[in-house]
Formats: sequence, structure tokens, C-alpha cells
Amino acid sequence: MIPYFACILLVLIGLYAVVTKRNIVRIIIGFSLVEYAINLFFALVGFKREGIPPIITELGQSRSNFVDPLPQALVLTAIVIGLATTALMLALAMRIYEKYRTFDITEIRRLRG
Amino acid sequence: MDARFVPLFVIIPLASAFLIPLFAKLWQRSADLIANAVGAVLAGLSVYGALSLFTGSQVLVYRLGGWHPSLGITLAYDHLTALVVLAVNIVGLCALLFAVRYLDHYTGRWKFYALFMLILVGLNGVSVTGDMFNLFVFTEIAAVSSYALVAFGTDFDELEAGFKYMVIGEIGGAAILLAIALLYAKASTLNMAVVSQVMAGFGRTPLFWLIVAMFLVGFAIKMAMVPFHAWLPDAHPSAPAPVSALLSGVFIKVLGVYAMSRVMFNVFGLSRANAAGFFNLLIGFGVLSIVAGGLLAYAQKDYKRLLAYSSISQIGYILIGLGIGNYWGIVGALFHILAHALGKGLLFLTAGSVEHATGTRDLDRLSGLEKRMPATAWSYLLGSLSLAGVPPFAGFFSKFFIIVGALSADMYWLAILAALFSTVTLGYLVKVANRAFFARRDREPTAAREAPAVMVVAMLGLLVLTIVLGVGFKPVVDRLVGPAANVLLQGLGYAQGILGM
Repeated sequence: MIPYFACILLVLIGLYAVVTKRNIVRIIIGFSLVEYAINLFFALVGFKREGIPPIITELGQSRSNFVDPLPQALVLTAIVIGLATTALMLALAMRIYEKYRTFDITEIRRLRG
Repeated sequence: MDARFVPLFVIIPLASAFLIPLFAKLWQRSADLIANAVGAVLAGLSVYGALSLFTGSQVLVYRLGGWHPSLGITLAYDHLTALVVLAVNIVGLCALLFAVRYLDHYTGRWKFYALFMLILVGLNGVSVTGDMFNLFVFTEIAAVSSYALVAFGTDFDELEAGFKYMVIGEIGGAAILLAIALLYAKASTLNMAVVSQVMAGFGRTPLFWLIVAMFLVGFAIKMAMVPFHAWLPDAHPSAPAPVSALLSGVFIKVLGVYAMSRVMFNVFGLSRANAAGFFNLLIGFGVLSIVAGGLLAYAQKDYKRLLAYSSISQIGYILIGLGIGNYWGIVGALFHILAHALGKGLLFLTAGSVEHATGTRDLDRLSGLEKRMPATAWSYLLGSLSLAGVPPFAGFFSKFFIIVGALSADMYWLAILAALFSTVTLGYLVKVANRAFFARRDREPTAAREAPAVMVVAMLGLLVLTIVLGVGFKPVVDRLVGPAANVLLQGLGYAQGILGM
């Protein structure tokens, strides 16, 4: 159980960074932490102690120790989506810096009400 | 009926998102042509899809690659899907038509259209998919393209709104992904129909409610219900007007309301009878959204920002309709998805038309536009009457059904509140009409010219549909919205249709 809770702890650390940090780049790092912690959690779902790859090599082989390959495939997809979001966030951060000349979100507050 | 047309809702916009940049290199304006042609094809296809369900079949199932549902991805097309797909593609077509001239003062025309097509891919994909992880992927496709489109103007406000929207939206996406991971750990499958059968065997353990709560948080952020709404009043006004129309009109409803009700009703089998607490929670959030959104809308001085707060308030109506949980409540909620998609889409297009003509959205600087822009002004006025619930427009019937639902569930205070706040809706919408369109004594009319013909056509199209939907509400309820409500009410019975039992 411990690895699962460690993952949740990582998610919370990332969320803490997103909520409390003032620097945009740190927010993005916090967000990446959340994302990777969830990916790790997803990969752990398919984990099996002493598991073997799910490839049938000879007839009569025991299939009870096959690792579930689906979570890994899903995590790959999630990583690609994460890549797109991180890239877009960083691109936005660069444009924000060009306009506002700062990364401090407390100074980027024109919209209110 | 043949289900072979179902994947086209995803394939066509996806292919065009790829082709638009390619052809734009050869000829700039080809982007307009391709995008509008695709919009028209998709709208026609969604009408065809809705009609093909009238012949009696309850659900059309398409198995990708021919795999059995427990292994592969299935696409499903039932009345509920038909309803949201119809809303998405019709609002999408009008927004695309409007964009042809609206984009005159933007650069990067083809980038706009390519991203817009990707939003349509995501929204249509979420509507037709029958697979949990597929739902997440399409959600992210739509969401990521919408972040880029909100920041499309790349000025101070747009960048700030885009970043804020993106951080909050991605937290919602992360919550949905975590919920799917937990669900997979418990059910060992991702097909909605199979998951729902497996979950029916499990009890209502704390883990079950944790999964429900994670999904609820994710979808709540996507639909911007109060208190998860902070991004919406910044993001929706900052986007270009056609995108605002799509975001406020259908985006929050497909990614939020539709996805939530599909998962909660059909996959987890929650219903008023077996999970009253959950439904009361929905009503609570709904009431909060109606009150907070409505009152905050009153205080706004920005044309589009006022409409954005109004969207939060109207999402509240849909939520209480779902929360009431009986037939008429759900019919009202689903009818409001249609009515609000058309109405709010129309109002955001008029905002775009005003901004295009005058260069400002500040209600203090606008005055007397009715003389110069009669089509825009009257579209706005009639559209806002529909949203506020004045008969015989579409918005009246959705609120009427919700109130009927509340009364038949003996929730009298809810019926009173819904009726009361439709006058508040009328109040803040009339405020715009008063300030911007009809002359004020102390002020000269703002200099402006009527919007170009295609923009007027796009607005009138939505206006006509709003009136048609209102006047012809009976066949729509009998043939489309009523069966769609039954899809939700049958709960776990959904799986039988998909698995062909």
C-alpha cells in the first residue's frame, strides 16, 4: 500500500505548489509533478510482484503471473497528452513574460470582477 | 440502422484539422472554405444521425476494429448522444460562418480554423465514445485546443486568462485521470458498458464514493459550477467571439454536464432512488451557481463578461434539473442544453458583431446601436428573451419543464427559486440591451455599421432555430429529448443496449 500513498503524497505536493507559488514556472513544475504522480499511480495499478511480460513463448506456460499491459499503454498516452499541455503552458509563460516582463502572478492581474 | 456513420464525427474534423494548414500554404482563403464545408457536413451528419434514431432503434453501436466491447473501444450513438452532437455541430457551423469575417482583424487565420476543428473533434468524440479512457483523451484534445484559442489574441488579457484557464482546467483533467486509474484498479476494464456491469456487483464502499467524488471534481471544473467557476469569467470573454460562442454554448455542457451525467447515471447507476445524497448535492451546487452567477452578472460592465457569468447561472439550471432526477426534471435539463446552446451562442455572436463594429465591449462606452445595427440588436433582444424564459421561445419550455419536475417531486422552494431567478436573468440581459442597443438620452449613439452579411446570416440562423425549437417543442420532446432523458433514467440498462443483450 505504501507506494500508492506515496503517489498521492506526490500529487498533494504538486497541488501545493500550484496553489501557493507565485512564480509561473514553479506553478508549471508543480503541475508536472501532479501529472507524473498520477501516471506513476496508473502504472502501479498494473504492477505485479515477480510478474513477467504478457508474451506467450511456449505452450503450457503459466499465465497467472502475466503483468497487465493495458495501464502501461494508457500511461504512454497520458504522457503524450502531458507533453502537449506542458509545452503549451511553457509557450504561454514565454508570451506572458514578453508582455508583462515578469513571472510573478500577483503582478499579472488585470482581469477581475 | 447502420452505425457506420458514427466514427465520421471524429474522422472528418480530425482530417480537416490536418488539411487546413496544408492547403492554407497554397491559398490563404482555402481555410475558410474547408472549415465551413466541414461545419456544414458535420451539421448535416448530426441531423441525419438524429433522424436515423427515429426509426425505432434505441442505440447504434460501432465497434472500432471489430473487437468485442470488453477488449476494444466501442462508439455508441443513442438519443442522448444525438442531442448533444446536434447542439455541438449546429453551434459549430454558425460560429464558423461568423468567423469568416470576424477574423479580419486577426492574423493566423488557418491556425484558428485548425484549432477550432480540433475542439470539434474533442466534443464529438466525448459525445460518441463508449470508453472511459477514450473519454479522457477526447476531453484533453478539446481542452488543450481551447486553451490555445482563449489565448489566441496574445494580448495582456488573453494571455492571463489563457494561463489561468489552463492551470485550473488541467487540474480538472488530472482529477478525471486519477478517477479513471482508480476505476481501472477496481473494475479491470475501461469499456463503459462492461464497467457498469462490474460496478453493479460491488457495494457502495468508500472507494466507490471516492471515485465518484474524483469524477465529480473533474467534471465540475470543466462545467464551471460554483465554486469551481473562477476561470470561466476570464476565459470566455477573452476568446475570439466564435470561440466564446462554442465554449459557452456547448463546450462546458459536453465536457461537464454530458460527460458527468453519462458516467454517473449510466456507468455508476446512480439514481434519485438509490443515491439521494448525491442528487441533493447536485441541487445544492445548482442553486449556488444560479444565485452567484446571476447576481455577479448584474454587476458586470463588460458585454461578454456579463454573458459569461450568465452561463454559470444557466449551468445551475441544468444541474438542478438533473438533481431533481425525475423524468420532467431531466427533460428540462436536456432541453436547456439545446436552448442554452442556441441562445448563448447567439448572444456571444452579437457580442462579437458589436466588438467588430465598434472595437469595444465596455457597456459604458456603447449606446444607441439599434439604429445602426438593427439585425444585431434584434437578434440580441429575441435571444435574450429566449434565455430568460419568455414564451414562446425555447428557453421558456426548458425552465417550465424543470419547474414541473420540481413540483412533481414536491420541491416547491426549488420551483419558486427557478421562477424567481429567471426574472433576474431577464434583468441582466435587458441591462445590455438598454445600455448598448437602445438610445440613452445623455449620450450620442456610438458610430458603427451593421455587421457583414455572413455574420448576420450566422446570427439569424441561430435565432430562427431558437424560435423553431420553442414553437415546435412538442415533436422535439417526444422524439429526441424524452428518449434522451429515458437513456439517463434507465441507468445500468445502458449496458444491455451496448453489449447487444
